[in-house]
Amino acid sequence: MNIRHDVKRYPGLGPLTALFFVYLYAPLAVIVVYSFNANRVAGVWTGFSLQWYGSALHNAALMSALETSLIVAAIATVVSTLIALSAALAIIRGKNVRFRKLSETVVNLPLLLPEIVLAVATLILFSLLDIQNGMLRLTIAHSAFCTPFAFLPIRARLQGMSLDLEEASADLYANSWTTFRRVTLPLIFPGVFSGAMLAFLISMDDFITSNLLSTGGSTTLPVYIFSLIRAGTSPELNAIATLLILASLILATVALLVAARGARENA
Amino acid sequence: MSDTALHATAGTDRAPRPRFWHDLSFWGLLPSRLLMGFALILPIFIIAAVSLATRGAHGGFAWDFNLAGYRQILFNEGWTGELEFTPQYLLIITRTFALAGATTLICLVFAVPVAYFISRQPPGRKAVLVYLVTLPFWVSMILRVYAWMIILGKDGTLPRLLETLGFPAGMSFMFNDGATLTAMVYTAMPLMVLPVFASIEKLDGTLIEASHDLYGNRWVTLRRVILPLTAPGIVAGAILVFVPALGAVLEPTLMGGGKQMMMGSLIQLQFGGGRNWPFGAAIAMALMALVMIFLIFTALRAARREALP
Repeated sequence: MNIRHDVKRYPGLGPLTALFFVYLYAPLAVIVVYSFNANRVAGVWTGFSLQWYGSALHNAALMSALETSLIVAAIATVVSTLIALSAALAIIRGKNVRFRKLSETVVNLPLLLPEIVLAVATLILFSLLDIQNGMLRLTIAHSAFCTPFAFLPIRARLQGMSLDLEEASADLYANSWTTFRRVTLPLIFPGVFSGAMLAFLISMDDFITSNLLSTGGSTTLPVYIFSLIRAGTSPELNAIATLLILASLILATVALLVAARGARENA
Repeated sequence: MSDTALHATAGTDRAPRPRFWHDLSFWGLLPSRLLMGFALILPIFIIAAVSLATRGAHGGFAWDFNLAGYRQILFNEGWTGELEFTPQYLLIITRTFALAGATTLICLVFAVPVAYFISRQPPGRKAVLVYLVTLPFWVSMILRVYAWMIILGKDGTLPRLLETLGFPAGMSFMFNDGATLTAMVYTAMPLMVLPVFASIEKLDGTLIEASHDLYGNRWVTLRRVILPLTAPGIVAGAILVFVPALGAVLEPTLMGGGKQMMMGSLIQLQFGGGRNWPFGAAIAMALMALVMIFLIFTALRAARREALP
């Protein structure tokens, strides 16, 4: 068929889509390019330099913020993934689950409400309970809002899986725990893995909740970046941002690849 | 266990599954119920109560019933207790609605053609393009907003580009609603393209051919065939974009420059520098009510559409 008469083809969509991808990536590229600028003022290009990466790595405040973010994200990832896994198993595999739909809504609740409302509500709760420890505040709140991000890939993986192998395992006199450990878990592992990665990313990237709940000693990376932005152009900022963008892109790519492979095996 | 007994009488065609799966429905859901109950549902009830409490003298609040938090949204109380109508917060609510609505519409206008083009690609390239749309979503929100500060700000990329093209030097595009909108559209775009794509991909191509056989041109086909059949994806995308946009904090704070507030940045201010918790809680309740009304409205419309033959 002559492509000119392909009625499903709309002219001009190719160039529009190309422009769209330029629009998606150009702003990130601008940060990356400026991070190599020798000049203190980001907008004025005076030459290529790696000096801001060097000074960023020797910035004690940055390193302590990174440490806080990594600890909070690691704990929140483990907690939210375990909670999401057990909830997904119960919702998809459990028998006679009362309020199945409602239970699922409860797990996904952080996605339905504006984050700022949840953040200030949690702040009030912690101040009423007199929980002053910044790390504790952050890990509880992060665990809650990371759970749906861990839940969705695990649920998708479990739902796409047939019961045959689990039943075969039971027929071979494996008890429930052995069946779970030797059959179910290896089969859903891609879902668990990509769910955990996404939870980790969401925790690392969070600003709104962390900004309200963090205390002096528990500044997270995005909160520190916000203070740099507010303080005016810090030449290190673009280098820090570039490293963070790179880390996010790599983690997200791995998570998405694992999820995609899992989906193919299921099909 | 009563569960097991129930099961035996239910007469399922499968052999009863091990007891593990029965206990699971309770124990498996318990951790998520505890976490969400403590870190989400309880705080929501508390913030509802705080919105009805009295402002503390030095920040915080006191448990005395008071509607001042809500009253302050519309009225300013003078020294002698007289109420004077003040439109400033109403303006913020209106701006929030207008910017969130504009964000949703702009995302939609670009998402539909892009999603349609991607859906027409061969499978391998399609997967890569979908991945490339998803990817920026995983970059920290604060960096995606910061990128636009570098582009639009003083000494930014765009003013310098315009300067070399002969426009006056020192132009700034920051600190107005347009700047806020630019960042909001950018951060929300992947959330619109993905659900629209999922819907368009399922579209039966023969229906487009049928439309053309019946002398519908491309525009008529788009309006009468493609858009109605992708409505579920468009609605899903609109929810994913509109709801977070209503609660935007970073975009108005960084791009709007403090003066051009939205509800999210106003709430944040009341719990930070402003220190009027009951008022902040009242705005938060108003924001939550708006989100709930929108979600219930779209759910009801979807239910009605499904009920039609």
